[in-house]
Amino acid sequence: MAIIERPAPTVPAIVTPTTTYGSLKRPVSATGWRSWVFTVDHKKLGIMYGATAMFFFIIGGVEALLIRLQLAAPNGKVLNADLYNQMFTMHATTMVFLFVMPMAAGFANYFVPLQIGARDVAFPRLNAFGFWALLFGGIFLNLAWFLGGAADGGWFMYAPNSGPVFSPSNGVDFWALGLQIAGIASLTGAINLIITVLNMRAPGMSLMKMPIFTWMITVVQFLLLFAIPVITVALFLLSFQRNFGARFFDVAAGADPLLWQHLFWIFGHPEVYVLILPSFGIVSEVLPVFSRKPLFGYPFVVFSGAAIGFVGWGVWAHHMFASGLGPVSVAVFSLTTMAIAVPTGVKIINWTLTMWGGKLWFTTAMKFAIGLIVLFTVGGLSGVTHAVAPSDTQQTDTYYIVAHFHYVLFGGAVLGIFSGFYYWWPKVFGKMLNEKLGSWNFWLMVIGLNLTFGPMHILGLQGQPRRMYQWTEARAGEGFFNLAFWNLIASIGSFVLAVGILMFLINVLITARNPQKAPLDPWNARSLEWMTTNPPKEHNFDVVPTVHHLDDFFHQKYEEDPVTHTMKQVRTAEEIMAEQERNADKHIHMPSPSYWPIVLAFGLPVITFGLIYSHLISVIGGVIVLFAAYGWALESSTAPDSDFETNTPGTGLDKVASNHD
Amino acid sequence: MTDTAQGHASSTGISNVKLGMWAFLGSECLLFGGLISTYMLYRGRVTGGPRPSQIFDIPFTSVSSFVLLMSSLTMVLAVSAAHKDDDRKTNLWLTVTALLGATFVGGQVYEFTAFYKEGLGFSTSLFGSSFYTLTGFHGVHVTVGIIMLMSLVGILKRSSVPGKKAEVVEMIGLYWHFVDIVWIIIFTLVYLIPV
Amino acid sequence: MTINTADKTHEQQHGMSNAGYIRIAVILAAITGLEVSTYYVDFGVLFLPALLIMMVIKFVMVVSYFMHLKFDNKMFSFLFYAGLVLAVGVYAAFLATFKFFIQ
Repeated sequence: MAIIERPAPTVPAIVTPTTTYGSLKRPVSATGWRSWVFTVDHKKLGIMYGATAMFFFIIGGVEALLIRLQLAAPNGKVLNADLYNQMFTMHATTMVFLFVMPMAAGFANYFVPLQIGARDVAFPRLNAFGFWALLFGGIFLNLAWFLGGAADGGWFMYAPNSGPVFSPSNGVDFWALGLQIAGIASLTGAINLIITVLNMRAPGMSLMKMPIFTWMITVVQFLLLFAIPVITVALFLLSFQRNFGARFFDVAAGADPLLWQHLFWIFGHPEVYVLILPSFGIVSEVLPVFSRKPLFGYPFVVFSGAAIGFVGWGVWAHHMFASGLGPVSVAVFSLTTMAIAVPTGVKIINWTLTMWGGKLWFTTAMKFAIGLIVLFTVGGLSGVTHAVAPSDTQQTDTYYIVAHFHYVLFGGAVLGIFSGFYYWWPKVFGKMLNEKLGSWNFWLMVIGLNLTFGPMHILGLQGQPRRMYQWTEARAGEGFFNLAFWNLIASIGSFVLAVGILMFLINVLITARNPQKAPLDPWNARSLEWMTTNPPKEHNFDVVPTVHHLDDFFHQKYEEDPVTHTMKQVRTAEEIMAEQERNADKHIHMPSPSYWPIVLAFGLPVITFGLIYSHLISVIGGVIVLFAAYGWALESSTAPDSDFETNTPGTGLDKVASNHD
Repeated sequence: MTDTAQGHASSTGISNVKLGMWAFLGSECLLFGGLISTYMLYRGRVTGGPRPSQIFDIPFTSVSSFVLLMSSLTMVLAVSAAHKDDDRKTNLWLTVTALLGATFVGGQVYEFTAFYKEGLGFSTSLFGSSFYTLTGFHGVHVTVGIIMLMSLVGILKRSSVPGKKAEVVEMIGLYWHFVDIVWIIIFTLVYLIPV
Repeated sequence: MTINTADKTHEQQHGMSNAGYIRIAVILAAITGLEVSTYYVDFGVLFLPALLIMMVIKFVMVVSYFMHLKFDNKMFSFLFYAGLVLAVGVYAAFLATFKFFIQ
């Protein structure tokens, strides 16, 4: 039996098309920049999502460091008040919409099809469109920095502060329209992934045999599917008010500014779970692998995730306790908010019990996963203190809130993402990230984030308001709880955190230059994405797997000994791979690259740019969109048979592969 | 191997495109829900401008609502013809649907002009802003539907629809019916129920 | 999975004949007539409930018959009604916080 160490990735099996669709010939490049720009491959798109998100993570991080520099000492002079407002607005907007969401989308894109044994997503071109729309939307959002100043109303952009009177620059226009484009990207992505999961699972994979990461991503996509339209409405109302003279938030006309707050948080609270659930999914994959035990209570983790997704729709007004909702609304939303802590607690317990009695293997991925459990719990507990409305009224708009959501988002979402990096890096890039640097990465980040956000609890309870651009010596107070000391600590911590993240970037560079390839199954993993080469071939699986168990890959490697009832290894990953290669499907036609997704996506920022500056430009953008839509509609997703090399019987894939080697 | 119009074939036998369309329509419920709720909240706030009951022309809107409702019938007949591979009838009913839709949009343009002349501008009051936004969004949806219908008629004549023709007709049909049911709600909540 | 499509969906979709569709359309037209009549005839306390019920009936009829939801795969109904029910629930709660229903 041939042991295949690391089979060479095959090159896409497309030859020059003979048929044209739309108005141009299909793009066919399998290498070079064209193979990325026109790709519809979910794996390439996943990597591009990741790279884009990382880029915006660095931008958002620099913004955060500037904020902390400003607040490190009394009477900060680094930023003026106006720039400070822009800085915290764009920091939050970037981190939420342009880092965590796209990074989760990247993981989802890459791993959901692999985990369910599919060869691609349901709508490959829509997938490509979603990525480009996100990238263009993100660039559009940040263009405002160079065109008169960025948005400055905080990431939730409360009305009437977002109106032209209080925010006369075009920043808010760029913000509203840029998020609109990013919203379109999320919506198309959500539809795509939902249909992929519902409709394209490998034979035998029932919903309750689906990997937990895929489950959590599915819940997230449903949240996006139904939450994005709500923010779309809110953003339209805001844009219409600013650009066409509508009165929606004009108090003089009798408007209710709470309308914005409601719409924003009806979207915003499900959005919170959109940010955290992908990371919950990642650690639910990582913990069992490195505890060498199945996930404790898989159905509970699934249903608690779904429950969080559902109850998440009924808690939005807890962001508005201080706005005078009235006692009934406050009481109701207070109760639902306490209730949602229950399914979250269920997850924490399940993770802990997964580790209980396991043979723990403290890789960097595992450390980040444990970091998430601990630090998210800290953030979750301060969250419960917000559910108590009287206590929340004290905390509203103070640094205590800032501390809370950074513990859940940095300690939760971001640590989960980093856990995913270390766990899946060999799968995506075929090389292992350096574990030693990883350890530095982890400890610096954890120490840095506790130094940064821990003191903010104190700052907040001492009354330091959020979004205050300077503090003075006179207001700092004295003794252990004086603001000066804790502000300085927080600022120092933010730089420790930054060094920690720098360690990761260095690690990536070192790993890229390291010639050593990763083994086929470096972690002795459990789910289907590991049942293929590193990195996977373009068509993912030589044979579409038939699934019999939850953690099917593990059950192909291990069987229960009938006498001792312990799991014994019966096959290696290499043997499973070799068997797949022998039985490889012939005639696999993957969806073909296309120009239209990127062209269509490019039309969107042109339209929105025109809405701000000149409606003529919008018309041009509209023409681009229409042109691309026709091209798209007239082109079939997979090139016709005649465009592929005819496979003579018996050669199949091998022939195609060898042609390009 | 079968290649479909949009994306991959499914493993369950259910069409990906159709499932995607229904997910999209589910999502649209929250879009129109938001717009309708905004209108309901603001319909009585007129700040000196005309009140809804002063400018609504119920008989006129009833006729255009009826036209849109009937376009759903012609649309369903087009889908039915498409499933029977009857290209001639498919084209006929698609064209009739588009014409009925255009009549509705024409009626809306007339209505907006009349309201504007009676003093209800987009910026006049909260009622004006939310009314025009809600009905305008619906009108844009109808217009997009008309463009898709007309494009489909053109493409069907060239008979080069990638994938299954009947499915494409059916998808546009679902979209069209959805636009119709949104109007069923708007007609009652906005026009027939007074403030 | 580009290979092996089970393409049975189309046969399953035919729940109705053209005559059936026309019947539905006639009923819809009749209800619309009744709706419009509320503008001319005083329905008293029944006015609001009658209008809302007629609206729901029309909505459900178009969705069930014209959009085939009644005859189609349950998954379609799930996706659509999940959005619809969520929209009604969330926005009703939203309006309730503005005391919309107790004016």
